[in-house]
Amino acid sequence: MLAALVGFLGDFDLAEDAAQEAFAIAAERWPREGIPANPGGWLLATARNRAIDRIRRQRTLAEKTKLLARTGEVRESVDDEIEETPFRDERLELIFTCCHPALASDAQVALTLRALCGMGTEQIAHAFLVPEATMAQRLVRAKRKIKDAGIPFRIPPAHLLPDRLSAVLAVVYLIFNEHYDGRGEEHDGPGERLGAQAIRLGAALAELMPDEPEVHGLLALMLLHDSRRGARIRDGELVLLADQDRALWDRTQIRAGRAALGRALALYGSQAGGIYTLQAAIAAEHAHDRSDWPRIAALYGQLARVSRSPVVELNRAVALAEIEGPAAGLRAIDGLELDGYQYLHATRADFLRRLGRHREARVAYERAHELARSEPERRFLQRRLDEL
Amino acid sequence: MKYMLNVYSPNSSVWERLSEHERSAISAEYAAINETPGILGGAQLQPPTSATTVRVHDGSTLATDGPFIETKEALGGYWLIEVEDLDAAIELAARVPAARLGGAVEVRPVVER
Repeated sequence: MLAALVGFLGDFDLAEDAAQEAFAIAAERWPREGIPANPGGWLLATARNRAIDRIRRQRTLAEKTKLLARTGEVRESVDDEIEETPFRDERLELIFTCCHPALASDAQVALTLRALCGMGTEQIAHAFLVPEATMAQRLVRAKRKIKDAGIPFRIPPAHLLPDRLSAVLAVVYLIFNEHYDGRGEEHDGPGERLGAQAIRLGAALAELMPDEPEVHGLLALMLLHDSRRGARIRDGELVLLADQDRALWDRTQIRAGRAALGRALALYGSQAGGIYTLQAAIAAEHAHDRSDWPRIAALYGQLARVSRSPVVELNRAVALAEIEGPAAGLRAIDGLELDGYQYLHATRADFLRRLGRHREARVAYERAHELARSEPERRFLQRRLDEL
Repeated sequence: MKYMLNVYSPNSSVWERLSEHERSAISAEYAAINETPGILGGAQLQPPTSATTVRVHDGSTLATDGPFIETKEALGGYWLIEVEDLDAAIELAARVPAARLGGAVEVRPVVER
């Protein structure tokens, strides 16, 4: 509903106010007069009319002239057929506006959750561990920038689409990971899990842009990761993939993830997949009863070529260690510039432990422990230290 | 919408290292940008060493040598443009050679009354 209103009005605040007003009117009128035949359409039309009334009252304000020019064109139809006017689904335009690279990354995330997931400012602030006033200000600033800087409300033209789509996917994945990295487990609170919000956004994107392979790839990746959520923490403790109780994996999500991955791969055809599709392919391999390590190492190799990320090299080293042993893994991570990354040290510690080099393993575990962000992770590393 | 494109020049040594051929190619690019529809006006500025900064305190004018802000990348010129939206402004800004030679282009919307 908000997407349609923003699209129609070209103004975030006006759309939000109008939507709120429409809900208030409904709350007052529906119990008395009964629920209209098309409640969604009624709300939208009411909100739209309220917004137009307000614009008319403010007509003298020069800054609204552009807006007036737009609403003027459709005024007739609004007045005539309140519930008949079809509304276009403008969620896609909205998400491209919210994820515009001219907005700060944290503002992109907050706006997307606010505008597309309908989360309240308080909920978003809670999820990102910032005071509500800070989040409110972040949203106000972002909305003001959209208006003042002329950030367009539209699906970007073909020559801009690849860059802009990857910005959108990055925001969705950021929302997903905020939930998933272990911190999320602790502060999701009563609001809906951010992971579920991200998956819903991903599914909506896949529906709205069915020909974009990476959109399906990202959805597959999120579904496959999320399917293991129930098995990842046991009694508050982190459980590694190899030790997880597979009965706790969500089979429905795995099936949906595989289906999305299939669509991504079919769209890519013989082309190499993008970063999300390749990661999803790896996650799908891990969802088998036995992991096919040579295939996983090969996929990480492809991913390393696309992303040139040392984190990917680190993961490839883990797969390599499964095939050729911890010494090969250790050689592969030598020289990776990831000193501030806890998983480098945790992985290195694990290789050293398996090689019986306990003294060096201890130093590496201690470094990982220092860098760990969540309590379950810290406890896991502490257990490993105690076992040495 | 109207935007100001503030062009921050790369360090002058970048320009000095370029060959004659590269320099004339870049000049041609600037000339082509000047011909782009939507350009309302613009100018290249003399280097910041030529700048004078003016302040008025209690009615008396104080002029000092040098630019208002000393930065590594100095404001080297500007355009005032009128285009559809920020995306169009960014596309135009991205064509400015300074942007890929270590400088930058700042896109600022203009207050319209």
